[in-house]
Amino acid sequence: MKPRSRLALHVPAPSSRPGDKPDFSGLDIPEAGEIRRPPCDTAEAEMRDLPYALIRVLDDEGAPQGDWAPRLSPDVLRGGLRAMLLTRAFDERLFRIQRQGKTSFYMKSTGEEAIAVAASMALGAKDMCFPTYRFVGWLMARSHPLLPLVNQIFSNEKDPLKGRQLPILYSAREYGFYSLSGNVGSRFGHAVGWAMASAYKGDDKIAMGVIGEGTTAEGDFHEALTFASVYRAPVILAITNNQWAISSFSGIAGAEATTFAAKALAYGIPGLRVDGNDFLAVWAAIRWAAERARLNLGATLIEFFTYRAEGHSTSDDPAKYRPSEEAGAWPLGDPVERLKQHLIAQNEWDEARHEALIAELTEEVRAAVKEGERAGVLGQSKPSVKEMFENVFEEPDWRLIEQRREMGS
Amino acid sequence: MPELSMIKALNDALDVMLARDPDVLIFGEDVGYFGGVFRVTDKLQEKHGATRCFDSPISEGGIVATAIGMSAYGLRPVVEIQFADYILPAYDQIVSEASRLRYRSNGEFIAPLTVRSPYGGGIYGGQTHSQSPEAIFAHVTGVKTVIPSTPYDAKGLLIAAIECNDPVIFLEPKRLYNGPFDGHHDRPTTSWAGHPAADVPEGHYAVPLGKASVAREGSEVTVLAYGTMVHVSAAAIEESGIDAELIDLRSIVPLDIDAITASVRKTGRCVVVHEASRYAGFGGELAALVQERCFYHLESPVERVAGWDTPYPHAFEWDYFPGPARVSAALKRCLETPA
Repeated sequence: MKPRSRLALHVPAPSSRPGDKPDFSGLDIPEAGEIRRPPCDTAEAEMRDLPYALIRVLDDEGAPQGDWAPRLSPDVLRGGLRAMLLTRAFDERLFRIQRQGKTSFYMKSTGEEAIAVAASMALGAKDMCFPTYRFVGWLMARSHPLLPLVNQIFSNEKDPLKGRQLPILYSAREYGFYSLSGNVGSRFGHAVGWAMASAYKGDDKIAMGVIGEGTTAEGDFHEALTFASVYRAPVILAITNNQWAISSFSGIAGAEATTFAAKALAYGIPGLRVDGNDFLAVWAAIRWAAERARLNLGATLIEFFTYRAEGHSTSDDPAKYRPSEEAGAWPLGDPVERLKQHLIAQNEWDEARHEALIAELTEEVRAAVKEGERAGVLGQSKPSVKEMFENVFEEPDWRLIEQRREMGS
Repeated sequence: MPELSMIKALNDALDVMLARDPDVLIFGEDVGYFGGVFRVTDKLQEKHGATRCFDSPISEGGIVATAIGMSAYGLRPVVEIQFADYILPAYDQIVSEASRLRYRSNGEFIAPLTVRSPYGGGIYGGQTHSQSPEAIFAHVTGVKTVIPSTPYDAKGLLIAAIECNDPVIFLEPKRLYNGPFDGHHDRPTTSWAGHPAADVPEGHYAVPLGKASVAREGSEVTVLAYGTMVHVSAAAIEESGIDAELIDLRSIVPLDIDAITASVRKTGRCVVVHEASRYAGFGGELAALVQERCFYHLESPVERVAGWDTPYPHAFEWDYFPGPARVSAALKRCLETPA
């Protein structure tokens, strides 16, 4: 018998902190094209290797490799690149706008643009996404006009959400974009319910739920997977593993013990683990899971492995909790650069066009922001105060009527 | 005595208790290396070690559930829920478990944990960073609910909460973290520097739970408030020129009923103030208690000033927030009612 040892509490710690060299040596990254692509109607029991793999299509030279490589036209790829660049230009401008005191809050998607954009393009117009706050790329890919987004961020009189919601917590039903909330994770089950409703009605629409790796710790995540599994809901359940939940590295969410995709195993649904900075791999995985869902074979859990290249929001300084060089050292690169490299390698793009596109999109964003500023920034302009009391219920009750009167509106 | 902001005073309370009691430990989202999104646990991990102050998964239910297990074992966990708006996944653990463990086990198991959480509005935090959920805890028997309004009270009440053998919900008015706020959002912000209640003694001291403080003595009307609204009410009293007595409840469970009745019997009038929405808010309980115990002393109906019965709206921060003008108007209505 081994001698009795004293117990000790384990608290995970990341490989590097400010002042250390970034260290990603612990990551096991397979070559592009190395992972098999089973037919999408394969039984879950035959695919239990995939949650521990990492599906990659684009190699270091930007060439597509292996069975997962989708055949996408250059126009589609250029459309994806444009939406990613627009997302980035929008984020940069609106982040600065917050710094200028023109709104209260902002969050960027930098480094994760490929996930929202490729998912948006790979799914149908009638499918519904239950996004996170790092999913504005979904709207950019569907050509949502910029001005209403700017007005929402300013909470001004033209804000489509009537000043009721924190900046960037958009709602855009016509674009397949479900109402966002500041509570993380609480819409993951809604995606499953939406998908169950589509099945109940005999429709062909599917849903996509998105959650961060940190939020897989919430009960919402496990509840959603249970319902998705039990009712074989036609839903894609996506985890964007961007390594950081504000200041907490993914180990605090359980990444020391297993992959996030492997959470699927216990629920008996397929789990894929995908390079989230590889536009083609994201597209291929979404299409595979969507086809499976439309065949009435139920849900797929997909972990998109990526890196949050900026802070959590305008409220934190990432240099306080991780090496500032870490984003640049991320071994899977930048999604925009990788798709650009792929297009150039195919002779479908060049540096001059790229620079011209960035200039065009920057101007497009600048013009929308100017237009929004004309309506007014936060504190200068707001919807009529009576809007504060609308949409609490379908019809206001006596309390709201009295209170609105007391407000003089 | 050192002059501290509320954040530093809370940090000091945690530091004192970590040093004093090896059974005290802290966990919550981002509280470890980073020191919390509001810096309340700043440097505590560095000073006391990774197992005394550490990051938790994003799981409010898990945070409170494990804290209950630890406290049943004999530890005194102090957990942070990053915003009170996010406490609801833990509500079942608080309501069905922490608050009843002592009762249902006849005292075999107890849950001496403290749940700290920033709450309240005034920071343009929108629906999910502004709410005041105190009433939903006050409604649950077996759990205490504490709300400081000054750095001095914050430290003393937090120490008392940690030492308390019952579960305590400790709501921190985030608009007061860096300075007192009287509701005049259009004026420059002030820090705690120079404020008498920012003189915070070093080391250990406790402010007892369930003991209100008289923030201002007066004769014409009693104002019952807590958290940020203590400062807003003080400004309203000042501006209205009414000689009101302002009572800072400091904890709503246990409630200092003697201080309330003594004051209302003296003044004969009462205004209840809170940020939370009005309907079924804690003000309803206060108004009922005053009516039950002071009916024959009352010269006018009890007034309530509260947030509107809507979700907390981003653009309408200052239309929603019950500022000094609304408190002043209630004070005047209360006095105008003929005896």
